[in-house]
Amino acid sequence: MSALLSCSGLTRRFGGLTAVNNVSLDFEVGQVHAVIGTNGAGKSTLINMLSGELPASDGRITLAGDDITSWPQARRARAGVGRSYQRTTIFPEFSVLENARLCAQAAHARPWAVWQSAATCPNSGRIARDALAGAGLAEMAERSAGSLSHGGKRQLEIAMCLATEPRVLLLDEPLAGMGSEETDRMLELLARLKPGHAILLVEHDMDAVFRIADRITVMVNGEVIASDTPAAIRSNRDVQVAYLGEH
Amino acid sequence: MTRWLPLVAALLLAALPAVLTPYTTDLVVKIVIFAVFALSLELLVGMTGLVSLGHAAFFGLGAYVAVMASPESDAGNLVVLAAAAMGVAAVYALFVGALSLRTKGVYFIMVTLAFAQMAYFVFHDTKLGGGSDGIYLNVRPLLGPVDAGNKLHFYYLALAALVATYGGLALLRRSRFGHALAGIRVNEQRMRAAGFATYRYKLAAFVLAGALAGLAGFLLAVKDGFVNPELLSWHESGAVLLMIILGGLGHLRGAVIGAVAFALLKELYSTPALVGSFLADHWQLTLGLTIIAFVALLPKGLIGLLERTK
Repeated sequence: MSALLSCSGLTRRFGGLTAVNNVSLDFEVGQVHAVIGTNGAGKSTLINMLSGELPASDGRITLAGDDITSWPQARRARAGVGRSYQRTTIFPEFSVLENARLCAQAAHARPWAVWQSAATCPNSGRIARDALAGAGLAEMAERSAGSLSHGGKRQLEIAMCLATEPRVLLLDEPLAGMGSEETDRMLELLARLKPGHAILLVEHDMDAVFRIADRITVMVNGEVIASDTPAAIRSNRDVQVAYLGEH
Repeated sequence: MTRWLPLVAALLLAALPAVLTPYTTDLVVKIVIFAVFALSLELLVGMTGLVSLGHAAFFGLGAYVAVMASPESDAGNLVVLAAAAMGVAAVYALFVGALSLRTKGVYFIMVTLAFAQMAYFVFHDTKLGGGSDGIYLNVRPLLGPVDAGNKLHFYYLALAALVATYGGLALLRRSRFGHALAGIRVNEQRMRAAGFATYRYKLAAFVLAGALAGLAGFLLAVKDGFVNPELLSWHESGAVLLMIILGGLGHLRGAVIGAVAFALLKELYSTPALVGSFLADHWQLTLGLTIIAFVALLPKGLIGLLERTK
């Protein structure tokens, strides 16, 4: 099976610092591909380059065969590259439904149709409700987003990503700050999403990573030192020395 | 209940000329025109989160077009002239917006200010628009039986412009475009990640705001029959920004209330019979202190006061 999203030789330099160096990875539909590494290993920079927030200094990114290296972020998002943020980036003053609806609207924009109320847009309303249901927030739709619990906000972050109907999910630490119950719920959600999406998961919770990932890539100082199945990663000497420590 | 308030206010305004003296009617017309100007800036600042300190450039440009495009000794066509004023303001807004929207925050403020001052000095220091003395509009424009030179006709023209601007922006606010602007105001990064080409949305808002400011400038030029470069100066940009802050950002009615309050306070403080001749000569001092007090005591503006009593 060929990869939906691929990068080859992807490099990002900030002045003299090389944050990501010559990274080549493939992301396939039906796989959770975890990227792990210490702080400063270049994981977030990698996500930012794949989503289009940061231009690559070198290398190539393809989506379903199209070279998207020079595409701006909004165009990549409309082509199916969805992302969530490490720091929660919801719109706290809007309702939960409106948060998701606004994200769904990107693909059904019709900005010139000013006589139509945004709230009555049938497409984005339906997609937003589906996304909320998918993320387990269906009952919260009318609540103000700012009033959700931390876990709820993280779920909404995912729902907003789903509302853009992405094919690729780039998830930056979706489990950060979650309790064990919330973590279980999020992992169930990821398992449900897996069949239809190519998922890149950046995460520090190693137990969660080994529970859900089909493939694990280990980054150290901006370089990939190993990329393999969880079992192979667990027994890899280099990884044990560089990162996993007691694992 | 309060949702009908704008309609009630419009009906009251429509009935006013019957009971007011010519001087007061003139003041109301001026307030109506400044309300259109304030609404145009509210689209940028309150709805999109773009704080511009150069909005008077489009206002002044609209005013100059009204005079310069009018025939020398004949009445121009009202609709053609208004469209020309809005069009020229929109084109300049497209140019300024395309460049300034590449910056953010305080840099955006400085760049918009710089472009406005540039336009100001073009009119101030060249013979293009009569230099620092400005120019007169000899004959007010007409449209069939509607004569902008007739005080009553003009009153209803200005009121119609305010109602159309308010109604149009209210529609826009609840549309998908308006919601996208609100999203950009709260978190532009997130909007881009969702797939919105945010730069284009902001540019569209900037051009529309420029065109509406041009409409307000056009009305003021026709009302006064006179334009000068001060209409484009940063004082004017600052005054309209104060209006919407005073009224309360984030509400269309806040912009209108702010325009009313600003004009009435200015009128009050510059009337010698009420405050004495010394203070009347230095009305900027009392107005400034009042605005500082308002902003300190009512961080949400005058509209916050109304909401609190509800």
